[in-house]
Amino acid sequence: MDFQVVVLAGGNSKNLTPLVSKELPKPLLPVANCPVLNYVLHQLEQSNLKDLIVVVEGEDAALLVGAWISGTFIDRLHVEIAAVPEDIGTAGALRAISHHLTAKDILVVSGDLVSDVPPGALAATHRRHDAAVTTMLCSIPVSGPLESGSSGGKDKAKKLGRYNIIGLDPSKQFLLHIATEIEKDARISKRILHAVGQMEMRSDLMDAHMYAFKRSVLQEVLDVKDTFQSLKEDVLPYLVRSQLKSEALLNRTPQGEENSTEKVSSQNNQAFISRILANASTPSFHGIYSENPDGSSSTRKTHKCCVYIASSSSYCVRLNSIQAFMDINRDVTGDADHLLSPNNIIGPSPKLGTKTTVGPNCRLGEGSEMGDKCQVKRSIIGRHCRIGSHVKVVNSVVMNHVTIGDGCIIQGSVICSNVQLQERVELKDCQVGAGFVVTAGSEYKAESLAKKEK
Amino acid sequence: MDPRRTARTVSDPKVRQVGFFTPAPPERSISDPPRFQDPIQPPSPSSTQVNDQSPSGNSLSPVMIPPAHHHSDNFLRTALQATSPPKAFSYSAKTVTIPPENEDVASSFSPGRKVVSAKSPSSFPGVKASSVPASELTTVSVVNLPPGISEKAGGASVEVQNDRPVSAKTLKEKTSKAERRALQEAQRAAKAAAKAEGTKASSAASKVVTSANTKPSKATKPSSQKNDGSQVAASEKKGGDRAPEKDRKKDAPHPRMQYDDKSRVEKAKKRAVVKQTEARNRVELFRHLPQYEHGTQLPDLETKFFELDPMHPAVYKVGLQYLSGDIRGGNARCIAMFQAFKEAIKDYSTPPEKTLIRDLTARISSYVSFLIECRPLSISMGNAIKFLKNRIAKLPLALSESEAKSTLMLDIDRFINEKIILSEKVIVKHAVTKIRDGDVLLTYGASSVVEMILLHAHELGKHFRVVVVDSRPKLEGQLLLRRLVRKGLSCTYTHVNAVSCIMQDVTRVFLGASSVLSNGTVYSRVGTACVAMVAQAFRVPVLVCCEAYKFHERVQLDSICFNELGNPDAISKVQGREEINYLDGFVNQENLQLLNLIYDATPSDYVSMVITDYGMIPPTSVPVIVREYRRDHLWS
Repeated sequence: MDFQVVVLAGGNSKNLTPLVSKELPKPLLPVANCPVLNYVLHQLEQSNLKDLIVVVEGEDAALLVGAWISGTFIDRLHVEIAAVPEDIGTAGALRAISHHLTAKDILVVSGDLVSDVPPGALAATHRRHDAAVTTMLCSIPVSGPLESGSSGGKDKAKKLGRYNIIGLDPSKQFLLHIATEIEKDARISKRILHAVGQMEMRSDLMDAHMYAFKRSVLQEVLDVKDTFQSLKEDVLPYLVRSQLKSEALLNRTPQGEENSTEKVSSQNNQAFISRILANASTPSFHGIYSENPDGSSSTRKTHKCCVYIASSSSYCVRLNSIQAFMDINRDVTGDADHLLSPNNIIGPSPKLGTKTTVGPNCRLGEGSEMGDKCQVKRSIIGRHCRIGSHVKVVNSVVMNHVTIGDGCIIQGSVICSNVQLQERVELKDCQVGAGFVVTAGSEYKAESLAKKEK
Repeated sequence: MDPRRTARTVSDPKVRQVGFFTPAPPERSISDPPRFQDPIQPPSPSSTQVNDQSPSGNSLSPVMIPPAHHHSDNFLRTALQATSPPKAFSYSAKTVTIPPENEDVASSFSPGRKVVSAKSPSSFPGVKASSVPASELTTVSVVNLPPGISEKAGGASVEVQNDRPVSAKTLKEKTSKAERRALQEAQRAAKAAAKAEGTKASSAASKVVTSANTKPSKATKPSSQKNDGSQVAASEKKGGDRAPEKDRKKDAPHPRMQYDDKSRVEKAKKRAVVKQTEARNRVELFRHLPQYEHGTQLPDLETKFFELDPMHPAVYKVGLQYLSGDIRGGNARCIAMFQAFKEAIKDYSTPPEKTLIRDLTARISSYVSFLIECRPLSISMGNAIKFLKNRIAKLPLALSESEAKSTLMLDIDRFINEKIILSEKVIVKHAVTKIRDGDVLLTYGASSVVEMILLHAHELGKHFRVVVVDSRPKLEGQLLLRRLVRKGLSCTYTHVNAVSCIMQDVTRVFLGASSVLSNGTVYSRVGTACVAMVAQAFRVPVLVCCEAYKFHERVQLDSICFNELGNPDAISKVQGREEINYLDGFVNQENLQLLNLIYDATPSDYVSMVITDYGMIPPTSVPVIVREYRRDHLWS
C-alpha cells in the first residue's frame, strides 16, 4: 500500500530510570514477561506490515534490540535497525534516517505503544483525506491501581498537568489545535477558527504517538526547520498551525510530479477534470478557505491535518512513565489480555510450595520457584525467580532472576532483574534497579533504589 | 390530445404504474423539434410485458464481469512459486558481514543467519541535531519465505482442507486408489473408535474389538494424513497470494443480485472484502436491493487497510471515497475510477507465464468488484469499464508490455477527454442555444453539465434567472448554488416541496441524468421525476442533459427493480440539529421502515428533449444513439 513503517523504539528513557539501564534499554523492558517492543511489532505483523525500520537511540541499545528482534522475529518480519545518537529527539531520529524513506507515506509508530488499534485504520483515514499528517488520538487511560490504594489518588493528582489540549472541527476529522501541556493561555489561530467556524476543544484525548506523514511534507519540514527536536511538540503543532497558510514548498513537490507525468493531456483538460472532481465532493473548510472570493482556483496553499480517534473500547497506552508501566502490566494480564501474542504463553508452570496461593491476573515465568505459604496477587513474576516462604507480592512486577528472601512483603513495586531481597524486607511503591541488594529487615516506602553508577 | 398516451392509461388497468403519471397529460406546446413516434414502445399491453422482462432477462447489465479464466491455474501457480526465491534472495543481498571487533555481540545472533549487524563508525559523529548524520540501516531479520506463504502452511493444512473445497477436490484427484482406500479405512476405523468411546463403560469386550480394529487404522492413518498434509500444503503454496483474488473474481457478485435471495446473499457475504451488516428493517418493495447498516463498513474497511494486498492503493483510496461519500456524481466517480485504474495499470507488471490481456482483465475485474462492494456502480461506470475491458481484449498480442500499458493509459485518457470532457463541451454548446434573454431556468440537484451550461450562458452575456431546486438529505443544490452565486448569476433557491409554486415563472427546466435508458426513461437523482412531472403539467419544456456514454440499452419502466438505497439515518435525523430527535429509538422498531432512495426513473413522456453530444434528440431516439454509438465508438 505504499507505506513505510518507522518504529521509534527509543533508548534509555529518563522517566523510567531505575527500570531501564544500559543492559536493558527501554524497548526491551518486559511487560508481562515480554519486551514492550514486541507488542508493537506483533501488531504491525498482524496488519501485514512486514517491512520495518526500527530506530534505536544509542549503539549498544541498537545491538541489543537487533539481537532480540533477529532472535524473535526471524522469518516473520523484515526489520532494519538504525542506531541514532541519544537525545536527538523523535524528529532528529527521523531526520537521521530520512534518506531511507522512499514510500509515498510514512507511518511512524512509537515503540512503547501498547495498543490494539489497527494501524490500517489510521493509514486509511490518511489516504482518504490525502492529508499531510494524520495522528491517532485515544482516550486517556485510567491510571493508578484498580483498588483504590493510597497511591491511587496521589498519582492522579500528579497527572493532572499532563493533558493534551486538542481542537477538532465539528466533524471530528481534522485537527485544528494541539498543545501538549496546559499553559495559562492557549493561542488559537484566528484564521483557522474563522475558516472552520466552530472548534471543539477536548482534553480527554491523548496523542498516541502513531502518525502517518506524507513523505514529501515530512522531509521538507525536517529539512527546513532543523531545530525541531520532537515530532509531538514541534513538528505536529507546526503542521497544525500552518495548515491554512502552508508555505508553497509543502505543496510544490507533488504538483511538480503531476505535471511531468501528465504531459499527454493538455493543461486545460487537467484543470477541467480536477474541477469536476472538486465539485463532486463536499469541500472541507480547507477548500472553502483556499477559494478566492470570485470562485477561481486557489492561490492560497493549504494542507490537511487529520485525526483518527480510536474507539473508546480499544486499548491504547504508552509506556512512558513508571505509573504507566504498572498500569500496562496490570491491564495486559487483566482486562486487555488479548494483547498478549500467542508466543508469550507461559511455559511449564513454576514450582509452588504448599499453601501458596496465586490469585487471578497473575503471570509467572518459567522456572520460578516459590516457597510455602506465599501469596501472589495481581502481579507478574519473571523467569527463574526464587521466592522464599511467607512472601506477599501484591500489585507488583518482579523481573527475571530475582531472589526474594523469606517473609518479604512487596506492594506496588517494580523489582528489576538480578535483585536480591534478603529476609523480611518490606517494600511499598518502590522501584528497585537491576542488581541491587536490599539488606535484611529494611523497609522502604515510595523510593527508588538503584546501584550507584560507576 | 395524444391518443397513445390516453389509451395506455385508460384501457390497460393491469399495467402497474409506478413513478409519475398524470391521468391525462396535456399536449406539450413547445417550439422544440417534433417528437418521433416511439419505435420500441408501442402502446399495446402485451409488448409492454415483453419489455418488462427484458431487463432481467437478456439485457446485459452494465457492470457484467466476464467469467474467470481458470485453465492455466495450476501451471501459473507453480510458476509463481518458482519465481519467489529470487525475491528472498534480494533481501539477503542487503546484508552485511560482521566486522571483527563486533564478534562478541554478533555471536548472540542465531548462528547460520546470513544477517548480522553492521557497525559503521561514521554513524555516530556529532550529537547536534542540526547536523545529524545519516545513520546506517542494519538488517536484523529477514523473511526467507515469499510473502503470502506463511510458514505455518503445513500446520494449517487441516483447516485449509475444511475451508477450501477446491483444494480438497484436487487432493481427491491426485491420490491413488490405494491411498483413497487407506483413507477410507482410516475414516471408518475412526468412526468405530468414536463409537466405542461412547460405549466404553458398558462393555469391555467391545473395547477389545475396537482396539484391535483401530490398530491397523493407526498404522495407515499417519501415512495418509501425512500425505494430506503435504499435498494440501503444496496446493496452498501454489495458491500463494493469487488465490484469494482469483476466488473473489470468480464469484464476483452479479451486479443485479437480488438481495432478498437469502442463500445468494450468504454466499456473497463470504467473499466480500467489505464486511457489511445488513439493515434489519427494510421496506418490502425494496428488499431485493442491498441495504447495509451504514457506519459499519467504513471502520471495518479501514482496519483492513494493509491486509488487502492485491488491491492497488489508488483503487483502494477511490473505494474509500465512494464509501464515505467524498466523491459523488456520475462523471466524477467515473473519472476517479479511471484515474485509479490508470495508476494501477502504470504499476502493473505481468506475472511470468501469464498473458497481459487475461491477467489484467482479471485484475481489473477484482478492482471493480471491490468498488461495487463500496458502492454499487453507476451505469456510466459500467459503460466505462466495458470500454476498458474491450480495449484490453483488443490489444494486439505482439505488443510488448510497456507498449500495451501506455496504449491502455492513452485509451483511458482518450475516454476521459472525448467521452466526458469534450462531450460536455458539445452539450454546453447545444444547450446554450436554448437559453434566451429573460428566461427563468430551473434545475434540480447539482449536475456538472447543467452547471457548465449556466456558467457558459452567463459568460455569453445572456440575461436569465436560475431557480435551484434542492432536496434533503444531501442538499447538493447548495454547493451548486454557492458556485453560481459566486459567479454572479441571479439565483432562487427552493426545496422540491415548493416546486409547484415556483414552476409558474419557469420557462425551461434543465436536468442532469445518471443514465438515459433506451426507452427514453431518464434515470436520475431521486426527485427528478417529480420536477419533470410538475414541469410537464405546467407545459414547461424539460431538457435533459446527458453525455452519450451514459446511455444504456436497458429498458426500465419503474424505479423499483434497479435502484440504490442510501443511508436511512440520513432521513431520520437532521444533521446539526440535535433537538430534532423525534425518531430516536424508533429506528429499530419492528413496524417502522425507513426508505432513502437514491435514484428514480422519469418516464420519457415528461422529457421534451435529450441534449447529448450528438445533438438534441427526442427521448424516443435514444435507442438509435445507443446502437450507433456502440458500433462506432465503444467497440471500436
